[in-house]
Amino acid sequence: MERSGWDLGRDDVEHLLHEAAAMRGESLWQDALRRLRRNRAAWSSLLFLALVAAVSLFAPALPLPSPVTLDLQLEPQPPVAPWSVWGSHGFEPDYWDLTAVDGLLVKARLAVFGDWQTGHWLGTDGKGRDILSRIVWGSRTSILVALAATLCSLLIGVTYGALSGLLGGRVDNLMMRVVDVLYSIPFIFLVIFLITLVNEYRTELEDRFGIDREVVFFIVIGAVYWLTMARVVRGQVLSLRNTEFVDAARVIGASTARILFVHLVPNVLSIVIVYLTLTIPAVMLFEAFLTFLGLGIEPPKVSWGLLAVDGSEMVNPVRIYWWLVVFPAAAMASTLLALNVLGDGLRDALDPKLRGKD
Amino acid sequence: MTRFLLRRLMWFAITLWVVVTVSFFLMRAVRGGPFDNDRALHESIERNIKARYHLDWHPFKQYLHYIGPLNLDEQGPEFLGGDGTRPFGGVLTGDFGPSFKYRDFTVNDIIGQSLPISVSLGVIALLWALALGLTVGIASALWRGTRIDVGLRLVATAGIAVPNFTIAGFLVIGFVFVLPLFPVAGYGTWRHLVLPGFALGGPFAAYIARLTRTGMLEVLSQDYIRTAHAKGLPPRTVLLRHAIKGGVLPVVSYLGPATAGILTGSLVIERIFAIPGTGSHFVNSALNRDYTLAMGVTILYTVLVYSLNTAVDFAYTLLDPRIDLEES
Repeated sequence: MERSGWDLGRDDVEHLLHEAAAMRGESLWQDALRRLRRNRAAWSSLLFLALVAAVSLFAPALPLPSPVTLDLQLEPQPPVAPWSVWGSHGFEPDYWDLTAVDGLLVKARLAVFGDWQTGHWLGTDGKGRDILSRIVWGSRTSILVALAATLCSLLIGVTYGALSGLLGGRVDNLMMRVVDVLYSIPFIFLVIFLITLVNEYRTELEDRFGIDREVVFFIVIGAVYWLTMARVVRGQVLSLRNTEFVDAARVIGASTARILFVHLVPNVLSIVIVYLTLTIPAVMLFEAFLTFLGLGIEPPKVSWGLLAVDGSEMVNPVRIYWWLVVFPAAAMASTLLALNVLGDGLRDALDPKLRGKD
Repeated sequence: MTRFLLRRLMWFAITLWVVVTVSFFLMRAVRGGPFDNDRALHESIERNIKARYHLDWHPFKQYLHYIGPLNLDEQGPEFLGGDGTRPFGGVLTGDFGPSFKYRDFTVNDIIGQSLPISVSLGVIALLWALALGLTVGIASALWRGTRIDVGLRLVATAGIAVPNFTIAGFLVIGFVFVLPLFPVAGYGTWRHLVLPGFALGGPFAAYIARLTRTGMLEVLSQDYIRTAHAKGLPPRTVLLRHAIKGGVLPVVSYLGPATAGILTGSLVIERIFAIPGTGSHFVNSALNRDYTLAMGVTILYTVLVYSLNTAVDFAYTLLDPRIDLEES
């Protein structure tokens, strides 16, 4: 028996509704998550990064020696295995100015572990500071720099790219030409130049606006790294702007800003996330680069870049303090490696067409 | 083609002008000049120094003098009140003025001495990067999916993930202290440039390896490669004559950014290995507020990078006839 679509009995309708309710749609994100979990390298990278993030977040609560207490010995102490020197007593909370949350974490640590601290499992540096502790504390600065700079580049890059793609025509042409031109400037020179200029006014900035050098540093790095993001987002938006849902929104009378942030940006989010995982390593390396030149993080604060610099400064022919070079480099390399692998995995997971390509 | 070049040139001129103008006035506006010392100078000495560097002029006149092409000081053209011995000067004529810190040296002198050193270091780094990157990339594409491939890719990714001064540290420990093959630092013979060149080129080698692998994989799956195999060419010939040409195309377009990156990276490497190149001069000049030197190097490197990028885009069209510069 043949029936037209309109000729449905009550039972049929109920059956259909039931079926529809039982059906579970799979969003792009669920699909991507499933694919990511199947990619073993990317998934373990994600877990590793989560571990790194957790350790660096709860660093004040861990029973590590202070990263700044100086113990002026003659030379750096080599690593000792945990089973030979498990730990010692005599910890004193000695840090730079900590935030309130970190203060609470330090209190929690004192309550749980008392004055017990771990031994120098990864050795000490030339001033007797524990390398493990410095790596853990350094991860906080490095991750913070990376996140803040990435956020800056995200805000500028996504807005700029999306706007350029959405407006199209001559505006788009001009905006992209500006990006092309900026691409061709060796930015490091300008950044160094800017930071040295800003340094002249650092006390005023700090007193009047509460902007310290690190914030300037974040902003400057963010201002450099938005270009690629703008290009990528613009390409995506160009391909999206003539789709029905954008037309529909425009017909209803949505403003350009609303179309931009409510309709277009969520759709380019996947590719943005992929690019973020590739930008963060670049920013971390850039932090190391600037710190090496003496324009980045300053003691007593510590970052991975600073540790790498300290390590390479201790390279000398008389005695080879390998642990000063190897461990900070390993911490940095493993994190950046994980980010790269995760980025590749995310790209494969979010865009099946690109699978297997670099 | 000519239109493309002209348009690029126009945009470039505008950019450079903005960069120079903004940084010129920023430098003049910023407090603390290059001659500030802990000890206050005598008033007359200060006046002399300022007159020597024309800092007593109106900033706008200083700017015109710096940009050129007319020389505004007492040696300038006669209609401006000079004696006419040196009517032209300024950035437009390739004259970056006197250095503020190295007395008796012009910026041009310093660049002229140091640039050849930086260029030879950069060329060696680029050669290292290309030789290593192409070999590793092609090998990894040919043995796709094997342990060799996985291992090579891991090393390549690790190479991207370590700062180049750390690579330099490892190299110095390995090839200077443990195996005394190379000098630790300094400049003079080619042996001084091997380790710095490698440390500088390493991360780029890793990136080139990734690009080559992708490009080769794409090309190897093309029909014309199958045809070449089918008509009985030996695998060697297929690879060398047919596949490589298409496979390394992505690398060519990366050469522009890579050169820029190598120039930048040399700031650090020159410091580590104590090589008296332009990069180390730049860092010192920025830290010492030697504004003319810092600006001169910035302008020079901007021009260098921009022309290299344009040249690379140009070369790209010659290699891949499908790309049309007018379109983009």
